[in-house]
Amino acid sequence: MPEKTTPAPPKLALRLFSWFCHPAYHTDIEGDLMEHFEDNIEEKGLKQARLLFFFDVLLLFRPGIIRPIFKRNPFKHPTMLQHHLKISWRQLVKNKGYSFLNISGLAMGMAVVILISLWVWDELSYNKSHENYDRIARVMINQTIDGDIQTSWSAPKQFAPALREGYESNFKYISTTSHFTGRALIVGDKTIGRSGMFVEAEMPDMLSLNMLSGTRKGLEDPYAILISASTAKALFGDEDPMNQSIKLTTDDLLKVIGVYEDLPDNSSFSRAHFFGSWKLFEQWQPDWVGWGNRWFRAYVQLADNVDLEKASATIKDVTLNNLSESEGARLNPEIFLHPMSKWHLRSDFENGKVIGGRIEFVWLYGTIGLIVLILACINFINLSTARAEKRAKEIGVRKTLGSLRTQLINQFFSEALLITGFAFVLSVVLVALLMPFFNEVSGKEIIGWWSKPVFWGLGIVFTVLTGILASTYPALYLSSFRPVKVLKGSIQSGKRASIPRKLMVTVQFTVSITLIISTMVVYQQIQFAKDLPLGYDQSNLLSTYISDKITEKYPVFREELLQTGIVEEVGKSETFITETYINNSGFDWEGKDPNLTEQFFTLRISHEFGKTIGWEVLQGRDFSKEFASDSTGFVINEAAVEYLGFEDPIGKQVKWGENGYYHIIGVVKNMITQSPYRPSPQMIYFLDYDRSGVVTLKLKPDTDIATALPKIEAVFKKFDPVRPFDFTFMDESYMTKFRGEERIGKLAGFFTILALLISCLGLFGMIAFVAERRTKEIGIRKVLGASVFGLWQLLTKEFIVLVVIAGLIAIPLTYSYMSDWLDNYEYHVHLSAWIFIAALFGAILITLFTVSLHAVKAARANPVRSLRTDS
Amino acid sequence: MKYRIGEFEEIVLLTVGILEDDAYGVNIKNDIKARLDRKVSVGALQAALRRMEKKGYLTSEQGETTSKRGGRPKLYFRLTALGHTALVESRETRNRLWDAMPPPAFPQLKLS
Repeated sequence: MPEKTTPAPPKLALRLFSWFCHPAYHTDIEGDLMEHFEDNIEEKGLKQARLLFFFDVLLLFRPGIIRPIFKRNPFKHPTMLQHHLKISWRQLVKNKGYSFLNISGLAMGMAVVILISLWVWDELSYNKSHENYDRIARVMINQTIDGDIQTSWSAPKQFAPALREGYESNFKYISTTSHFTGRALIVGDKTIGRSGMFVEAEMPDMLSLNMLSGTRKGLEDPYAILISASTAKALFGDEDPMNQSIKLTTDDLLKVIGVYEDLPDNSSFSRAHFFGSWKLFEQWQPDWVGWGNRWFRAYVQLADNVDLEKASATIKDVTLNNLSESEGARLNPEIFLHPMSKWHLRSDFENGKVIGGRIEFVWLYGTIGLIVLILACINFINLSTARAEKRAKEIGVRKTLGSLRTQLINQFFSEALLITGFAFVLSVVLVALLMPFFNEVSGKEIIGWWSKPVFWGLGIVFTVLTGILASTYPALYLSSFRPVKVLKGSIQSGKRASIPRKLMVTVQFTVSITLIISTMVVYQQIQFAKDLPLGYDQSNLLSTYISDKITEKYPVFREELLQTGIVEEVGKSETFITETYINNSGFDWEGKDPNLTEQFFTLRISHEFGKTIGWEVLQGRDFSKEFASDSTGFVINEAAVEYLGFEDPIGKQVKWGENGYYHIIGVVKNMITQSPYRPSPQMIYFLDYDRSGVVTLKLKPDTDIATALPKIEAVFKKFDPVRPFDFTFMDESYMTKFRGEERIGKLAGFFTILALLISCLGLFGMIAFVAERRTKEIGIRKVLGASVFGLWQLLTKEFIVLVVIAGLIAIPLTYSYMSDWLDNYEYHVHLSAWIFIAALFGAILITLFTVSLHAVKAARANPVRSLRTDS
Repeated sequence: MKYRIGEFEEIVLLTVGILEDDAYGVNIKNDIKARLDRKVSVGALQAALRRMEKKGYLTSEQGETTSKRGGRPKLYFRLTALGHTALVESRETRNRLWDAMPPPAFPQLKLS
């Protein structure tokens, strides 16, 4: 043999190759590789050749060359498979209690994961039903106020024409629209209330409405209307709705030119039950509506091949270029496009940039789901390894009779798959049962999930993965027993063998305690915010929108209401007192910092409004009809006094742009009229009877609401026979502000209970196992005089220690996490020690209860029985 | 009987046929490179060879080794009668299609 003079190919690559290559092909392909390697050295040098050798090996990793995964295809030769399944089934039936714990624990974990996955799926598919999903955007605006960039998607009606004029090539469709607005739709003597939008003619095409009859085109005509199928059904029954006339709240008669399929719940436009013409809506707006009056919305669809970022950058200065100094050019307005794909999940802005949004919940719940599943898998692992001793003999015998380790591993895998399979079926049943409750808590409408093939496909993949995740450790552990040792009966059952199990129980309880504390903190925070002093009196207070017909005759209308004898006071305002989001700028006053870009929240009200809601005047006086000069009077809140910087505010003058000078006549206590989690902003109240379309009634105390409402309705109908009488109680309206937080609380509570249940099931299995193993010990102790209590202590002690350790891990973890969460709210509770202590004691109590269920039974057992036989 | 072979498989079969008694891995690869200026990875080539051996278009036989191969034997491939028929069939299919194709539709370039 000639001397080797050339260097050898990389060893690592050779080993890799011999690992994955089919043995029959191995030698000659390796020969080819080496020959090729030598050629390459001559041609390209050693370095290149070694690199190429690696590539060649990697490229050989393909079906046809790699070794088969199974020696035999188990489905072609099913004998072993049948055997495994038969044995697994017998194991399940023989140990019914154990099987029940295992399957139900896993089923609960899987049910949580399925629910969360369905929720996440629904969140991620938001708006995707619109064909042009990835081309649609809304026009938003950033303004700098007090050095702080505020983002809003209210748009002036001038956006659309300006975009059409200068930047047309970027867009396929552009439309200004109204906000969603509730209207009465009237056909003959039938009246129904529906929310809808007024849009430009291009909007139905942009939204790719699925027309059931008629066309998407035609909203050029101000008196045309598109209605949803459900609206058509409600209005016309089985009649053909096409070309019929509908009267809107106003007297305009609109012709139905099309019926579209209702938009799905997970669309941002799901509330649009009709689309009216923008041209009609525009007629209702005052003439002076300018760039500064951002009362509308603007949507665009990008032209094909136009990049959103680029288009967004191009239109940046549209507002700035059109705005005069007094209208707010100094707020440095910049407009930009926010794509439809981000509306739902990424629409929280800070400093003009997206910082997140609901996507955080997707991550949060996704993580929780995964953790709960892991808890369930831990149960499985613990229960199977705990039972190892019982099965040790079986394994020993099998090995002696010639079983290979892989065969034993397969055996345990099949057992796990059987269990997860049952668990999956059970979990689907659980999900079906829990779905109505889950939909209510999460505020979703998830239906029809079971009819989708994707669901079952993913479900099966997920079941198999769970089976593998749960059974890898037990399978490897159980199959590693040495037959000689286990058959002699000396399997390791000392302290060391139980350490992994103890660790996993600790993990389970750490998670459970974390969830308990978090849920408690969320509820505490909600309660804290609900208990904050409002600053006004919400009881018996109800508000409703009124039409021009009532506004015209307001004084008479008010008189008639008061005469019913059940109404204490009536006031008028621009918005509901719970939603005062209208803001204005252009104010000037003595001592104002010249660099301040000021902003006030303003509310137009009538003389009696303050009295109606029962606000508290701290200085000066309320509006009064005795002073004609009150028409240029301001009532401000405490926050505004501080903002203006007046020592003694009463009588001070404030200039408001072209409206001229106002004087401050009174200061009222801060009220919660926006978010209960933030300090009240600076607010100005002033008189205006024309632009205040909300009427608020204070009913007399002890009024029976049920009998009062028809009387009030009668008065409303007398002045405005058309508009349906529809009102909102202010305390209810206020409670809606907590819905988001309550939802988090309820879901967290739901997951906490499931996590706890799973952990307890695991614990129950563990104590059963421990008690069984120590039957003899307990018997001997009893014979020697141990008390039931002493034995109970003996059995429960080690679990209590684990739970306490879990608590010690969970508490600092939760503390840091929940402090972060609470920091989102300017007004928040302080984390108090008792929550942590209560959660820990709660966990200990639950543990004691679970463990005692079995421990007491074991401690009370008759020692004669356990000691009689010697096995 | 249908003989379905892909374009790459056809090239490999033809090359094995051309090389006659000298058709083993590296040689086939080099020959394809030389004749067609086409780079072929060892993986792609070996996968195709084994596939066609399974189909019965090729047989293989272990041969001698060289110093370059570190003692590993060469594996020679040989075209079978079935493989040959498949190649002929493939060629005829193409010919039939070519015969059926009308003259090019685009105007001929006139030089005048």
